[in-house]
This record gives sequence, C-alpha cells and structure tokens, in this order.
Amino acid sequence: MPSIHDLSVGMELPQRVHTPTNVSLFLYNAAVWNAHRIHYDEPYTTEVEGHAGVVIDGPLQGDWISQVALNWLGPDDALVRFEYSNRRASHLGDTLVSGGRVTSIDLDSGQVGLELYVADDAGEILTPGTATIRLAS
Amino acid sequence: MTLLTDEIMAWVGSTDPEVTVEVTRRDIQKYSAATEQQAQCYLDGDEAPPMFIFNLFTEIPTMDELRSDGLARRRGGGPSLPLKRVMAGGTEIEIHRPIVAGDVLTSTRTLVGITEKQGRTGPLIFTEYHRVIVDAAGEPVMEERQTGIAR
Repeated sequence: MPSIHDLSVGMELPQRVHTPTNVSLFLYNAAVWNAHRIHYDEPYTTEVEGHAGVVIDGPLQGDWISQVALNWLGPDDALVRFEYSNRRASHLGDTLVSGGRVTSIDLDSGQVGLELYVADDAGEILTPGTATIRLAS
Repeated sequence: MTLLTDEIMAWVGSTDPEVTVEVTRRDIQKYSAATEQQAQCYLDGDEAPPMFIFNLFTEIPTMDELRSDGLARRRGGGPSLPLKRVMAGGTEIEIHRPIVAGDVLTSTRTLVGITEKQGRTGPLIFTEYHRVIVDAAGEPVMEERQTGIAR
C-alpha cells in the first residue's frame, strides 16, 4: 500500500491486462441487468447498429478505471471521487490495458490526484479518467 | 437544424420520482465476479465497488417492455429523443462512504443538461443526469453525474 511520503508526481500505478470474452460480457450485462444486444448478438451488432463487433460496455471500462486506484490502495485509504469518459469504442476480441499515474500530491490533506486510462494494446487511450484518493499515511 | 425542440428542452431541470433499492450480498458478489474485482471485501459481498451503482436504480422492465434492440421502452418521465441508439458516455462519482450489504439506498435523479453535437457519423445528443444517493437514515452515500449519448 502506498505512503504519501513515498510518492512523486509522474509515478506509474500497476497496469492490468483485460481480455473480455463472450462469457465475461454476458455475466457483466446480466449483473447490471442490461439486455442491449450490442453486447452479445454479433450479427445484430454489426448489421443493424453498424458496430465493428460486439461492444465492450463503457461502464465496464469505467469499473476498470476505478479498480486501477482501488487495487492500489491500502485498507485505510479511500477513493474520494473518480470520473471517466468513453471516447472510443472497443470490441470483443480486443485486448485492453488499464493503468494510471500520480498527477498531484497534497501532504496537508493526504489527497493524491491520479490520471487513469483504459487503452488498447497499441497504447491508444479509449477511456481516459481521473481520480482523487485520500491516503491514511 | 437542431434536433432539440422546446418540448425536449423543457425536461431540463426535471427530477424523476425517488427510487429505493435494497442491496444484497449476493448482488454485490455477482457484480464483483463479473468485473473481476481483486479486493476480497468486494468478492465476499461485504462492500460494493463504486461502479456497482451503474443501472442499480433503473426499473426492471418486463419482457414486453423491451424493444427489439434489448433496451427498455421509455416509460413515464423524461424526454423522448429523436435519436434512439443510446450508449453510456461517461460518469463522475463522488464517494461519501462505501455501499455495504444490507444498505437500503434511495436515489434522486435530475436531468441537468441536454446538448446536441455533430459527430463523425451524424448528430449526437448528450444527456447529463445528476444523481444523489442517500441511505435509510438520509445520510449521503454517493453522487453521480452520468452522460448518455444518443445517435
């Protein structure tokens, strides 16, 4: 778990590789009770809605953005706020990477600013985000 | 030519009826498994990851309320947009405290903005909602600003 005194602006958070499958997308959409066919019906998705393939949910990428911060925190630290924006679509079969870096450190409040992303395997950012965390020490 | 008629824009500032939801451990566990959470408190369902609130307060449609694309027909409040293909655009969440199993949460959602933009493939309509979530004691839990994109 990070201590605010060991951080520096620009420090990278651990990256994580995401390889969604038909099964994982089915379970995600079942869990959030979303029946939109672009997340499981490939002929419909490409022929009727004109996407390049089955669409990886934007909010699922938003969850991965939050996890970059959450998985880095210790048990007494807190995620205070975060935001993300789904800028480019990604599709079943894509390999995605989430990660981030430290952008600001406030020793008085214990608050640290983060820049976060979900990118494709060529490094192009699909979903940028930011977060504010509060570290206990 | 704008797609945003006076009738549509009149919805800006309107607030949906409150929605109250009971959070169960099992629902948290399903969400946490599906999103490949790493923290044990999420996988055990003790505590919910923040994005658990996505769609949490959406009414469960019956089968005959679903359109052929799988999305629910609009019912009750909110503007009827001329563009019907809807996708999530982004979210900002402010966390006052984590959601835990057994919480009874009440959401109040207000439509705060509707804007039209020209996309690469045609017009887009962005809707922005502000949601306030409180617990059974009325204490703040989370606030969410969510952008939807219709094309």
